[in-house]
Amino acid sequence: MERFLQQIVNGVSLGSIYALIALGYTMVYGIIKLINFAHGDVLMIGAFVSFAVTTFTRLGFIPALLISMVTCMCLGVIIERVAYKPLRNSSRIAVLITAIGVSLLLEYTLMYFVGAQTRSFRQGVLPATIYNIGGVRISVQQIIIILLSLVLMMLLQFIVRKTKQGKAMRAVSFDKEAAQLMGINVDRTISFTFLLGSALAGAAGVMVGIYYNSIDPLMGMMPGLKAFVAAVFGGIGNIPGAMVGGLSIGVIETLVAGYGASLYRDAAVFAILILVLILKPSGLMGKGGGSKV
Amino acid sequence: MIFELQDLVVNYGVIRALKGISLQIDEGEIVTLIGANGAGKSTTLRTISGLIKPKSGKIVFDGADITHQNAAKRVAAGISQAPEGRRVFAELTVTENLEMGAFLRKNKAEVRADMEEVFGRFPILAERRKQPAGTLSGGEQQMLAIGRALMAKPRMMLLDEPSLGLAPIVVKEIFAIIREINAAGTTIFLVEQNARMALKIANRGYVLETGTITLTGTGDELAAADEVQRSYLGH
Ligand SMILES: Nc1ncnc2c1ncn2[C@@H]1O[C@H](COP(=O)(O)OP(=O)(O)O)[C@@H](O)[C@H]1O
Ligand SMILES: [Mg+2]
Repeated sequence: MERFLQQIVNGVSLGSIYALIALGYTMVYGIIKLINFAHGDVLMIGAFVSFAVTTFTRLGFIPALLISMVTCMCLGVIIERVAYKPLRNSSRIAVLITAIGVSLLLEYTLMYFVGAQTRSFRQGVLPATIYNIGGVRISVQQIIIILLSLVLMMLLQFIVRKTKQGKAMRAVSFDKEAAQLMGINVDRTISFTFLLGSALAGAAGVMVGIYYNSIDPLMGMMPGLKAFVAAVFGGIGNIPGAMVGGLSIGVIETLVAGYGASLYRDAAVFAILILVLILKPSGLMGKGGGSKV
Repeated sequence: MIFELQDLVVNYGVIRALKGISLQIDEGEIVTLIGANGAGKSTTLRTISGLIKPKSGKIVFDGADITHQNAAKRVAAGISQAPEGRRVFAELTVTENLEMGAFLRKNKAEVRADMEEVFGRFPILAERRKQPAGTLSGGEQQMLAIGRALMAKPRMMLLDEPSLGLAPIVVKEIFAIIREINAAGTTIFLVEQNARMALKIANRGYVLETGTITLTGTGDELAAADEVQRSYLGH
């Protein structure tokens, strides 16, 4: 039982990170029907920015996190403007290939400048305290990851549900032409979506860096892919679905790893993707039919 | 004259949907554009709202050439549309749909007052204000689409087949409301396949056949015209 609870604690903290990343995939898919393959690399840039900030300045965790989020916001918006917007009327496959190109560009540009080796955050960016609650160990880092994800997701829900821009985003996702008839600027709304998703990716990047205590230019690939699976699992395009999907994938992955099948943890996640695509392509919370991804 | 189309040509790729149409609308009028399925009625409205760019021709509203303005500018200038098939935002609530209709308006107090007015005009929407628009019946969705277009505070409202797929009694109700909206000062440009109803409430009308205007006159003149009787009124 303790072991199970331990895996749940680990799974929830990993899953919160996946959820943050999955939200970016799902919102972007919702509005322009694109699987943004560069999303994981925006995360990686976020991790490097906070690494640089905490290593080369005396700034602490929170300022580093905010700087990462803002940097990623700008990066996400620029990527959309430069790489995807000119292809607005092209085939979906053309945009998808462009996204893969952007992903490789980010990875290997960074690798050119900093090399392929892994780096670690300096000691003391976050306290290393570990609490033991009835045999279940939970670190301060895990607590911060879970709480921070929770706060960010609530903030996102507030923006999407209650603000005018958020409502416009949902309107554009549902029907671009009808949204135009309201006077909603579709391009600006798409930028806004990338801004939100990329800010969350920036935060997630910092968390991934802390969680594994290691960053490198290719670090965004695996969490990116898994979060994509989470988004599909929850129903791509569906915001609560991404949250539930992220947590589920995180918990499943740590359970598989925790019960001795560590080698298969990644395989298990992708087996889920295949199962979902076969059994319910619209995902856990998706609405019927749904388009193929 | 509040609105004018001059020799408007619209293509979809190589297909010519509008072959140079011209029409005028005076402030305060109800003008209808009738025609069979595929005649180009929706294309006309979509071009007026700025969703499609015309190949050539001119769109004039309130004395200004708006041919090259974007969709948002046209809404701001006072042209709003309740599109064919209603196109309400199914996942947004009734209230949120109405808020979207007022997207460009800054004065929150005025917007709130106008929303209450819409609820007054459509009491059923008031009852359902917290429901997602997708749960509404066809007639209710049409009312919401019209209410949403009203929220832009338009000087001219474009209505694309508001009677489509609705029971006769609901159609009557909708047309009565269109009249009321017009009486309250909004110019109406009404596109319909339901020529009988449209000509009954219109001051004037135009007949569109495969991209060309073939006939124009007052509502009564058109209702009495042989071609209209044969093709659109089933006599
Ligand atoms: N998006 C489109 N692409 C190509 N052809 C279109 C498109 N929309 C409409 N058409 C064609 O343009 C013509 C006019 O269509 P439309 O304006 O929708 O007619 P109406 O509203 O009078 O039924 C039709 O022949 C239709 O097939
Ligand atoms: Mg039509």
